[in-house]
Amino acid sequence: MMRFNTLIKHPADWMTGGQGEHGAVITSRIRLARNLRRHPFPGWAKRDQRAAALDLMRPAVEALPAMKGAFSHELGDLTSVQKQVLVERHLISREHAARGDGSAAVIERRQTFSLMLNEEDHLRMQAIRPGLQLTAAFSALSELDTNLEESLEFAFDPTLGYLTTCPTNLGTGLRASAMLHLPGLVLSDQIGQVLQAVNKIGLAVRGLYGEGTESLGNLYQISNQSTLGESEETIIRRLERVISQVANHEQNAREKLLEDDPEMVSDKIGRAYGVLRYAHIIDSKEALNHLSLLRLGGTLGYFPTKTVMLCDSLLMDIQPAHLQLHSGRKLSPEERDSIRAEIVRSRLQSLETPDNRMSSNDDKNFSDTPNPNPGDA
Amino acid sequence: MKCDFCEKKATVFLTQLVDGQMKKVCLCDNCAKERGVTDPTGFSLADLLLGGLPGGPGTVAGHPSPGVPGNGKQCATCTFTLDDLKRVRRFGCSDCYATFGDEVAQMIRGMHKGTSHVGKVPEGLMAIQFRNQRIEELRSRLDQAIASESYEEAAGIRDEIRNLDEVKH
Ligand SMILES: [Zn+2]
Ligand SMILES: [Zn+2]
Repeated sequence: MMRFNTLIKHPADWMTGGQGEHGAVITSRIRLARNLRRHPFPGWAKRDQRAAALDLMRPAVEALPAMKGAFSHELGDLTSVQKQVLVERHLISREHAARGDGSAAVIERRQTFSLMLNEEDHLRMQAIRPGLQLTAAFSALSELDTNLEESLEFAFDPTLGYLTTCPTNLGTGLRASAMLHLPGLVLSDQIGQVLQAVNKIGLAVRGLYGEGTESLGNLYQISNQSTLGESEETIIRRLERVISQVANHEQNAREKLLEDDPEMVSDKIGRAYGVLRYAHIIDSKEALNHLSLLRLGGTLGYFPTKTVMLCDSLLMDIQPAHLQLHSGRKLSPEERDSIRAEIVRSRLQSLETPDNRMSSNDDKNFSDTPNPNPGDA
Repeated sequence: MKCDFCEKKATVFLTQLVDGQMKKVCLCDNCAKERGVTDPTGFSLADLLLGGLPGGPGTVAGHPSPGVPGNGKQCATCTFTLDDLKRVRRFGCSDCYATFGDEVAQMIRGMHKGTSHVGKVPEGLMAIQFRNQRIEELRSRLDQAIASESYEEAAGIRDEIRNLDEVKH
């Protein structure tokens, strides 16, 4: 069986993939909720009932062709840091991590699929892909679901669809979501409008906010709210359409900012670069906000394009459990802040100053090669 | 400002849009940490906001309550009662949906785009039966809707039938 350290040693496929849509869409995630017939839901089941459900599901899940050689452990067998790392990688939910005994996680080698057994529902399976790939993620996950139906009998009602613990997931049991990076819309003050519009058509929008109104890392998640009354394809099609529209707005906003206020953009990106390159103590909020701007710089030609990927893996690696795993011991918050800074500094060591933008603002072909015509910059 | 989960001073502020309205949640350092709100990539934030909010859907189901409650409704499969449902806003097992049919209908009104499933159906004989039964049901509802000249409803039902046929391949 795959060991924890083997699983975690490699970045997930989705962390090293997507810069499509100019990097505005970081990841796409599909989650399906399923339950066994005649078995009480995990939150209600007694200990032995939960164990019985697990004994049915686990062999079925492990036997899936896609899960060959997968990581499969009961949560009770993992340390709290290990569970936390899985949460930070989005492989299990925080709620699942808190459940411990009687719950298990089965994670595909490349971390593109993960299945939570005895979470809020008996089975919550998810697929994550880089960039905007909800359709692809869904068809892969749906195939896995269909395979499972050969050995497990899921609770299903002709009118209500797949039956879930919470009625908010009824029907398709589908939650489709994308993580978006929207610094252009934030800096140009258009974010509120865009999010309102998205919400008006029945999609959920969430951001993480710091004090005041400034959002942390300019990161937003858009997902479906309704799971009943529409097919999976309809839900996903609408979501993909809306997300690519938002990504377009974001791209336009970035271009317009560069045109109208290049000094402001350069100043923000330059300051972020300075702090990340030279800070010795940095908390996660500050790191997050600066990485967001560095990432923006990567898409605007201030840095090589691969900087976007570097930022994405840093977003993951600077989180508390990843830091503790990295240093192999428990860390105080103060220690975390200095180790975080150390990791960021060393990863960015070879990143050159953003003084020479590599492309002018009408150049969409950002590349690692220096601008052949520096006079244009 | 006080934390929405305990009495301490709030230091983390979350905002989400619900029906076009900004909704703010305030948390203290501890509660934020416990709920993973400092996770910058926001998935766990989504989990927090999807459940576990004060006044939102309940968090974890509790223990089976002894005895039969006021109105006597209880799931024969899992012993879940109406009181349990009111308390946690979640169900005890899949059979609860039949036991508490009226409550289900009330709960899902306005929660979703529709009230009947038009998506994927488990493979196999059983599934085909389900689907055909469902299409039959919808056809008779369609006739009724047309008879009563509720064309908007009829159009919706027709779409559902079309979707079901589509899923059938
Ligand atoms: Zn608190
Ligand atoms: Zn029940």
